[in-house]
Amino acid sequence: MTLSLPLNLPSPADHVWSVAQLSNAVKQLIDGSFMPIWVRGEVVQCKVWSSGHWYFTLRDKRSQMKCCLWKLNAARAGKPPADGTEVFVLGKPCLYEDKGEFQFIVQRIIPTAGLGRQQQELERARLALQQDGLFDPTRKRKLPPYATTLALVTSRDGAAVHDVVTVTRKRWPCARVLVIGARVQGDGAVEGLVRALTLVNRLPDIDVCIIGRGGGGREDLAAFNSEAVCRALAAVRVPTISAVGHEIDISLTDLVADLRAATPSAAAELAVADRRDVVRSLDDLSVRLASGLTGRTRVAAERLARTGDRLEASMSEILTRMRHAVERPAAQLEALSPLRVLGRGYAVAMDLDGRVLKRLADFPEDRVFQLHVSDGRVRARVE
Amino acid sequence: MSQPESKSPSPRLADELARLEEIVRKLEADDVELDAALALFEEGVARLRAARERLADAELKVQAVLEQAGGDIRFTKLDG
Repeated sequence: MTLSLPLNLPSPADHVWSVAQLSNAVKQLIDGSFMPIWVRGEVVQCKVWSSGHWYFTLRDKRSQMKCCLWKLNAARAGKPPADGTEVFVLGKPCLYEDKGEFQFIVQRIIPTAGLGRQQQELERARLALQQDGLFDPTRKRKLPPYATTLALVTSRDGAAVHDVVTVTRKRWPCARVLVIGARVQGDGAVEGLVRALTLVNRLPDIDVCIIGRGGGGREDLAAFNSEAVCRALAAVRVPTISAVGHEIDISLTDLVADLRAATPSAAAELAVADRRDVVRSLDDLSVRLASGLTGRTRVAAERLARTGDRLEASMSEILTRMRHAVERPAAQLEALSPLRVLGRGYAVAMDLDGRVLKRLADFPEDRVFQLHVSDGRVRARVE
Repeated sequence: MSQPESKSPSPRLADELARLEEIVRKLEADDVELDAALALFEEGVARLRAARERLADAELKVQAVLEQAGGDIRFTKLDG
């Protein structure tokens, strides 16, 4: 009996995948296909390793999957859940290449019962704040047009500082960013945020206050849903922006702040003007300033011309009046003038000194005198 | 590096720009006397120059705010 071999066997020259290559390719495929997602299930066999990592199985009636919670996230998760605890886990699926196993890498684990309590507390805080009018749109303040000093309440070590600084430096480099550091999640976050917001009110010359976080998981909004933090935010004396970081989940600080931004970068864009826009405004103001003066000078010149015309007209009128004032008495004088009488054919006799001779006694014989007629004098002698 | 709390010595840019807007509006209205218009123009030019220099020379200042035990506030330079 001969052994029959299947056709199309690979030859050594053909490309054949290694196990590692295939595992890696599948890993890339899985890693690139999922954003963090919530999964609900029942915890089984949760083991805490000496490294601090947790490993457990999550299952429901039909399936199960291996889960891993790294040390840093495990530290925030409290006590390991007992077998049978129903939980929500947030995380991403991945492939553990060494064993070729599918795993779910958990970032956050919340017992469903605990979540119920959180939800109740959130609803209570929301109602209390709403009843006190803290969500009222009429109390929203407008941001100043050219904010130069920003107060940023966030974690000193978080990405929010870098993001706000980067955007602000690009848009409005003459600004000043004051970072008031506070924990934004975990123990002490509420107290820290309240303290930081209170401190903002003691700082001089603040134009806008941004409260936010960057780069954290979307699941941990507890501090930003705290009633105390919201009340402290409402008490900030300058306009506020809440930038907690996600479009989908709205925190209570988003509702209390004067503005909400999806990210700290977006908050910085809202808070400060763009230098290029301001330079354009300055150019525009420069043109308007020059044309304003030109226009004003033209108005003054026109007014001056009008004033000149009026002055000229006034002078002319005054001269006319003066001429009339002079001409009237002159005519009256002329009418009374003895010369007018002479014009009618009379003559006036005067001695050589100009005295008028009125009587016969004024004319002794041989007296030489003058006769004034209308157009001159005539010398005469009495005979 | 620590430095004490200090007030900004120069007028705030917002005030500068608001004053510039006001100057231009006054100049654009016809009811200002010529002498006053010239004075406004000179002030406007000076403020424009100052604003441009301010924008050109500006370097972002990033500081951490720290509350001391006694309640005093300190500003510490941060590398942003």
